[in-house]
Amino acid sequence: MIESRRLALANIWVAISAFGVAAAMALMQALSRADLDLPWRSERMYYLSVTAHGVLMAIVFTTFFIMGLGYVVTEKSLRRPITMKKIAWGSFWVAMIGTLMVAWAILWGKASVLYTFYPPLKAHPLFYIGAALLVIGSWGWCWVIVDTYLRWKRENAGARTPLPVHGYLATIIVWILATIGVAAEVLLMLIPWSMGITEKVDPIMARILFWWFGHPLVYFWLLPAYVVWYTMAPKVAGGKLFSDPLARLVFVLFILLSTPVGFHHQFMDPGVEAGWKLFHTFNTMWILFPSFITAFTVIASFEVAGRLKGATGWFDWLEELPWGNPTFSSVALAMIMFAVGGFGGAINASFGMNAMIHNTAWVQGHFHMTVGTAVALTFMGISYYLLPKLLGRELELSLLARIQPYLWFAGMLLFAVANHLTGLAGMPRRIYQFEYAGSQIADQWISGTGISALGGVLLFVSAACFVAVMFATGLAGKKQEQPAIEFAEPLEEPGDKVRILDRMGLWVALAAVLIVAAYAVPIIQHLSAETFGSRGFSPF
Amino acid sequence: MNVDFYEKIWMWAALGIIVVFLASIGFTTFGMAVQPPSHVEMIDPETVRTDPEFSQPGVTVHEDGSATVVVQAMLFAFLPNEIHVPRGQPVTFRLTSPDVIHGFQIVGTNGNTMVVPGYVSQFTTTFSRAGEYLIVCNEYCGLGHHNMSAKLIVEDMASGTGGAR
Repeated sequence: MIESRRLALANIWVAISAFGVAAAMALMQALSRADLDLPWRSERMYYLSVTAHGVLMAIVFTTFFIMGLGYVVTEKSLRRPITMKKIAWGSFWVAMIGTLMVAWAILWGKASVLYTFYPPLKAHPLFYIGAALLVIGSWGWCWVIVDTYLRWKRENAGARTPLPVHGYLATIIVWILATIGVAAEVLLMLIPWSMGITEKVDPIMARILFWWFGHPLVYFWLLPAYVVWYTMAPKVAGGKLFSDPLARLVFVLFILLSTPVGFHHQFMDPGVEAGWKLFHTFNTMWILFPSFITAFTVIASFEVAGRLKGATGWFDWLEELPWGNPTFSSVALAMIMFAVGGFGGAINASFGMNAMIHNTAWVQGHFHMTVGTAVALTFMGISYYLLPKLLGRELELSLLARIQPYLWFAGMLLFAVANHLTGLAGMPRRIYQFEYAGSQIADQWISGTGISALGGVLLFVSAACFVAVMFATGLAGKKQEQPAIEFAEPLEEPGDKVRILDRMGLWVALAAVLIVAAYAVPIIQHLSAETFGSRGFSPF
Repeated sequence: MNVDFYEKIWMWAALGIIVVFLASIGFTTFGMAVQPPSHVEMIDPETVRTDPEFSQPGVTVHEDGSATVVVQAMLFAFLPNEIHVPRGQPVTFRLTSPDVIHGFQIVGTNGNTMVVPGYVSQFTTTFSRAGEYLIVCNEYCGLGHHNMSAKLIVEDMASGTGGAR
C-alpha cells in the first residue's frame, strides 16, 4: 500500500472536481458560440466562464493532478515513502486556499480577465494572490519530491534513477524554470498594481514574463503524460518499454528546449525586436524532435505488447492491443490526436503562417488537441488505473469508462477540426457571438461553430462519464484488494549506458544558459528603453 | 547507447523534417525578407487622445499612391470604423490603444497585429483584391469585445485623393 495514499488522493480529487466544473462551463461556451439561446446567456456570464474554464482546466486540474500522480510515481518507483509529509500537506493546503481565492474572484465576477490575465485588464487582488499561493504550494510539492529523491540517492549510491522519477524530475525542473517568469510578473508587477500600491504596469514587460512561463507550462502538463506513456501505458498494454535511454534523452531535451521559446507567442506584439522573435522561432522548431522520438518509442513498445501476445504480421499486433481497457485506449487516442496537434504547433511557430491564424479559433482548436486531449485524456485514462488501486475499490460503471475515451476523441475531432477551419476563415477566439453589425463574412462561420458545438456536447457527455465513474468508484466501489501499481520494464536495462542523462544538475545549468541567451538581452533592452506604464481597466 | 536500426532511421528523418522547416523559415527570412512582424515605438497611452497623429485617426493617401492608415483601437471600437485604402499600393497601418490590449485582424488576409497601450504597432501590406473586408478585435478586451469591428474598403483610387475622414 502506498504511504502517501491520502495525500495523492486529496490532490487528485481536487483535480477531478475542478475538471467537472470546468467541463460544464465549456458546454455553455460551445453552445453560446453556435448562437443557441441558453438560460442565463449573457456577455458577462460568457467571459466569466471562459476565465473559469481556462483557469480550472489549465492550472487547477493539471497542477493538482500532476502533484497527486507525482507522489504515487515517486513513492512506487523509488520504493520508499516520501520525506517531509507535513510540508507536503502544508503545500496542498496553501495551493487549495490559493485556488479558493481565485475561484471566489472569478465566480463573483471580479476577475473576468481570462487565464492569460494580460494587464492593463485588472482583476481583484485576490485573483493574483490566489494564483501566487497556488504556485507557491506547487513549489512545496517540488521540494518534497526532490528531497525524497535526494534521500533515495544517498541510500542507493550508484543506482540508476528509475525512469518515472527521471521524468518527474524533468517536470519539476521545467516547472521551476517556468514559474520564475510568472512569479516575477505577479509578485513584482500585478499584486502591487492591483492593490493600488503602484499606479502603472508595462503591458509588454508583463507579456514577456507571462510567455516566459506560458510555453514551458505546456511541457509541465505534457511531461507527466509522457511519464505515463513511457512507463505505465506499455505495461497496461502488456508490453515492455522499447528504449529506456531514449526516454531519458527525451526528458532531458525538454529541460533544455522548453523555455527559450516564449516569443513565438508574441510574434504579433509591438515592442519586441524582430531578431529576438526569429531566435525564439529557431529554438522552437527543435522541440518537435523529442516528441518525434516519443511517437516511435511508445508505439514500438505497444508493438512489443502485440508481438508478445502472438502477432507476427505487419499490422496484426494492433488487434492484440487492449482497446477495451480505458487506460490503454485513452493513451493511444491521446497520442493520435497529439500527432495532428503537433504539426499544427509547427504552423503556429512559423511566423509567416501564424499571421493568418494568430488569435483566431484555430488556436483554441490547436490547444484542445494538445493539452485538451494529449494531456487531459491521458490523465483521465491513468485515473481509471490509479484510483481503484489508491482506494482499494473496484472500478464502478466500467462500461461508461470503456466508452468515455472514444467519446472524447470523437467530440474533440469535431470540435478541433471545426475550430481550425473557422480560425482559418478568420473567426477570432474568445468571442461571445459574432454578429459584427450584420457582416456577411462573419455569417459564414456559423456552420463551423455548429459542428464545434456538437463536438462540445460529445465532450461534455464524455467528461460527465469520467466524473461519474470516478465518484461512483470513490463512494460505492466494492472494497477489494487491487493489484499493485507496476511500471513497464525496458526491453534492455539501461545499466551504465549514458549515465550523463541522469545528471540533472548539468542539464539545469545548460537550460539556464539557454534561458539567459534567449531572454537576458531583450529584457535588459526593454527595461532600459523609455516605456510608459498603463493604468488598470476592469471593463467586465 | 544502442538505438534500434529503424528508430535511427526515424530519428534522422525527424531531424531532416526539422531542418527543412528551419531552412524554409530561414530562406523566407533572409532570401525573401519576410521578417517576423515587429515595430518598436513607444507612446504614452494617456496622451493618445491628444497626440497630433493619433487624435486624428484616418487615411492619408500619399503622392506616390501609397497610403498611411492611423487607427485608435479602444473599448469597444476602432477609429475610424470605415477605412478606404487604394488597391495594389503599399498601405502602412499605424495603431495604438489608449486603454487595454486589443487585436486588429483583417479577416481573410494576413493583416493581423496586437495593439498594446504604450506602444505603436505598425505593418505594411498591399491589397490586390478590391472589395469590402471585415476588421475584428481578436484579443479579449472586456464585455464588448465581440462588438469591436470595423470595415476596410479596398478600391481603385487616384493618388493624392480621398480616404481621409
